[in-house]
Amino acid sequence: MSGGLGNLIKTLQIDTRLLGMIGAFIAISLVFHVATGGTFLTPRNLFTLTLQTASVAVMATGMVFVIVTRNIDLSIGSLLGIIGMLMGVIQVQILPDFVGFGHPSIWIITVLIGLVLGAVIGGFQGWLIGYLTIPSFIVTLGGLLIWRGGAWWVSKGTTISPLDPNFVMLGGASGTIGVTASWGLAIVGSILTVLFLISTRRKHISHGFAVKPLWAEYALGAILVGAICGITAIMNAYLVPTRILERRFAAEGLEMPEGYTEAYGFPISVLIVLFVTIAMTIVAKKTRFGRYVFAMGGNPDAAELSGINTRMLTVKVFALMGALTAIAAVIASARLGSAGSSLGELDELRVIAAAVIGGTALAGGVGTIYGAILGALIMQALVSGMGMVGVDSPLQNMIVGGVLILAVWIDIIYRRKTGDA
Amino acid sequence: MHKSVIMAAVVAAGFSTVAFADGHGVTVGVSWSDFQEERWKTDEAAMLGALEAAGAKYLSADAQSSATKQLADVESLITQGVDALIILAQDGASIGPALDAAEAAGIPVIGYDRLIEDPRAFYLTFDNVEVGRLQAAAVFEAQPEGNYVMIKGSPTDPNSDFLRGGQQEVLQAAIDSGAITIVGEAYTDGWQPSNAQRNMEQILTQTNNDVDAVVASNDGTAGGVVAALAAQGMDGIPVSGQDGDHAALNRVALGTQTVSVWKDSRQLGRNAGEIAVALAGGAAMADVAGAGEFTSPGGVTVTSMLLAPQPITQGNLNLVLEAGWIEKDVLCQGVSGLAVCE
Repeated sequence: MSGGLGNLIKTLQIDTRLLGMIGAFIAISLVFHVATGGTFLTPRNLFTLTLQTASVAVMATGMVFVIVTRNIDLSIGSLLGIIGMLMGVIQVQILPDFVGFGHPSIWIITVLIGLVLGAVIGGFQGWLIGYLTIPSFIVTLGGLLIWRGGAWWVSKGTTISPLDPNFVMLGGASGTIGVTASWGLAIVGSILTVLFLISTRRKHISHGFAVKPLWAEYALGAILVGAICGITAIMNAYLVPTRILERRFAAEGLEMPEGYTEAYGFPISVLIVLFVTIAMTIVAKKTRFGRYVFAMGGNPDAAELSGINTRMLTVKVFALMGALTAIAAVIASARLGSAGSSLGELDELRVIAAAVIGGTALAGGVGTIYGAILGALIMQALVSGMGMVGVDSPLQNMIVGGVLILAVWIDIIYRRKTGDA
Repeated sequence: MHKSVIMAAVVAAGFSTVAFADGHGVTVGVSWSDFQEERWKTDEAAMLGALEAAGAKYLSADAQSSATKQLADVESLITQGVDALIILAQDGASIGPALDAAEAAGIPVIGYDRLIEDPRAFYLTFDNVEVGRLQAAAVFEAQPEGNYVMIKGSPTDPNSDFLRGGQQEVLQAAIDSGAITIVGEAYTDGWQPSNAQRNMEQILTQTNNDVDAVVASNDGTAGGVVAALAAQGMDGIPVSGQDGDHAALNRVALGTQTVSVWKDSRQLGRNAGEIAVALAGGAAMADVAGAGEFTSPGGVTVTSMLLAPQPITQGNLNLVLEAGWIEKDVLCQGVSGLAVCE
C-alpha cells in the first residue's frame, strides 16, 4: 500500500518534503481545531492566520537566499522597525503638509521611499560583507543594535499614529478585494497554472526529456486548481462583521437592508505575499541571478572560479533582503495602524526559524521559497492556536523552540534517507 | 577668646538650623542613571523648580547607564558637601556602597522612581498597583457587567503582576457576583503592541466576538487591542491603558480608548525636591507628609511615598493640554465634536 502511494507521488513528481509540511500544518490545525472546540479551522481564523503570517512570510523568502549563500541576516527585525518608523513619520508628519491629509499619493510615495531605504541599507550591509569580508553574522548583529536604536531616535520613543488610511489598507482586514475580484483572480490563476503545466510538458518533449504520463498531468492540474479554488472559497466565506457593515451604511446615511451580508475575499497583504512568493520562485528557478545564488551556496570557491562575481552577488542578495524587509514593514505597521519603536522586535528569529523549518539548510546551497512560506505558516499556526487555547506566552515560546529543533532533526533524517543534499 | 569662638560656632549652628528649616543653604545632589533618556529632563525641571522655591542649590551627575560610575558619582557628590541625595538607581541591587557612604556622612537618600531595596533609602514612585486599580475602575464604570478580557504586560516585568493585582482588586466583587466574567487573559511578550494585537484577535475568534470590555495594561498594548477590535467593527468598547502616550491620548479623544492612566513625571520631580529639602533639614523619613511603609518584592520594608497617578479620560483631556504634555493638533487629529478640541 505504502509502496503504491510512494509510486503515485513519484509519478506525480511532487516534492515529498512539501507533502510532509502540508501534512504537519494539517495535523497542527486539526489538533487545535479539537482543542478550541471547533474554532481553529473556520474561515475567520484562517483569514486572520494569513494576515498574521504575511509580514514574516515576505521576509522569509529573502532569508532563503541569504541562508543559501551561507550568510545570515540578524538585522531584519530592527531594519523593519526603523523603516516602519521612518515611513510613519513621512506619511503622518511630512507628506500631509504638502499634499493634504489622506491624499492618495501619500501611501505610494511612502512605500517607494521605504523600498529604496530597505534596498540601500541592505545593500550597504551586503557591501560590508562581500567587499570588506566582515562576517555577515557580525555585520547584521551590529545592524540589529544600530537600527533598533535608530528607530528609537527617529521618534524619541513615541508611537506614530494614526497612519494614512490608504496605507493601512495594505496590512489589515480593512484592505480586501471582495468576492468577485477574488474569484476573478482564482480563475486567472487557474488558467495560468494549466498553461504553465502544458508549456512545461511541451518543452520537456521538445528537448527529449522524460515526461509524466498524461493522467498524472491531469491529476496534478486538478490538485493545483482545486487548491487555488479552495483557498479562494475560504477567503470568500469569511463575512464582514455586521457591525462594520452597519457603520459603513450609517456613514453614507443609509439603512442597512435586513439580512445583508458581504464577504471579505483576499486581503491585499496576502496578495502581496502570493506575488512575492511567485516572483521569488521565478527568480530562484528561472533567472541567472537565482542560479548563481544556489551555485555560490553550493560551493563558493567553485562559483568564484567559474567567473561569478560573488561579492556583487552578496550585495544584491542583501539589498533584496532589505527591500523585502521594507515590504514587511509596510504590512506590519499597516496592520497595527501605528508605528512604534518596538515594531519587528525578534522578527529576525521568527524569519530564520520559518526558513529553517521550511527546509533551508544553514550549511548553504539548499532551500525553497514555498518551504519558507509554509514554515512561517506552521509557526504562526502554533503560536495563534496556543493563544486561543490560553497557553501563556512563556510556555508558548518554549514549545515553539522545541518544534524548531524537532523540525530540523526530522529534516536531517529525511535528507539522510533520501540521499538529498 | 575661646568662649567667643564657641559662641560664634553656636550662633552659626543656630542660624544654620534656622536656615535649614526653609531650605536656604541646603544643597541637594542628584545622581541620574541615564540622563540621555528624554523623560528625565522633565523630571529635572520640576525638581529644580521645587528646589529654587525652597532656596536650595542643585548639583547633579549622570552615570551614563553604568552602575560603577554611579557609585563614583555619589561619592563625588558627598565630597562636594551635599545635604541630601536623590538617586535614580541604575541597579538597585548594587547601589549599597553608595548608601554606606551617605550614611557615614549623615546624608539622607531618596530612591527616585526605581526601588532601592534598603530601609536607609526613602522610596518615591508612582503606585503601580493603583495604576491597575484606576484602569479597571475606569473600564468598570463604563461597562459594569459583561465579558472582560485582560491583556497583561510582559511576563518578565514584575510591574505586570502589580498592575494585574490592582485590576483584580477592583473587579473582584463584580466577578464574585457574576456580573463580570473574564473570558480571556494573556501576557504580552515584551509589551509589544503587535503581540497584544495577535492575542486579542485569537481571543475574539475564540469567543466569537462576545467581549464587552478590555483591561489592557499600557497604552502600547491598548493600541494593539484597538487595532484588533477595529477589524471586527468593535472599536469603541471600553479599553484601558497607561503612560499618556500621544497616540493613546488621541484614541481617548476619538473615543476608541476609555482611559490612559497618566504618571505626571513633573509631580514626581517636585515631590523629590520637597522631600529632599525636608530630610536635609533633619526631618525623619517617617515624618514626611504622605509617607508610608512599602514592602518590597524582596521582603524589605522601606519608608515610601507612592504618588497617585492621574486617570485621563475624555472628560479631563484639558489636563494634558494645560500641562504642555501634548500639542493640541496631535491630541485632536481626526477628532470632531469634542469641547477640548474646539
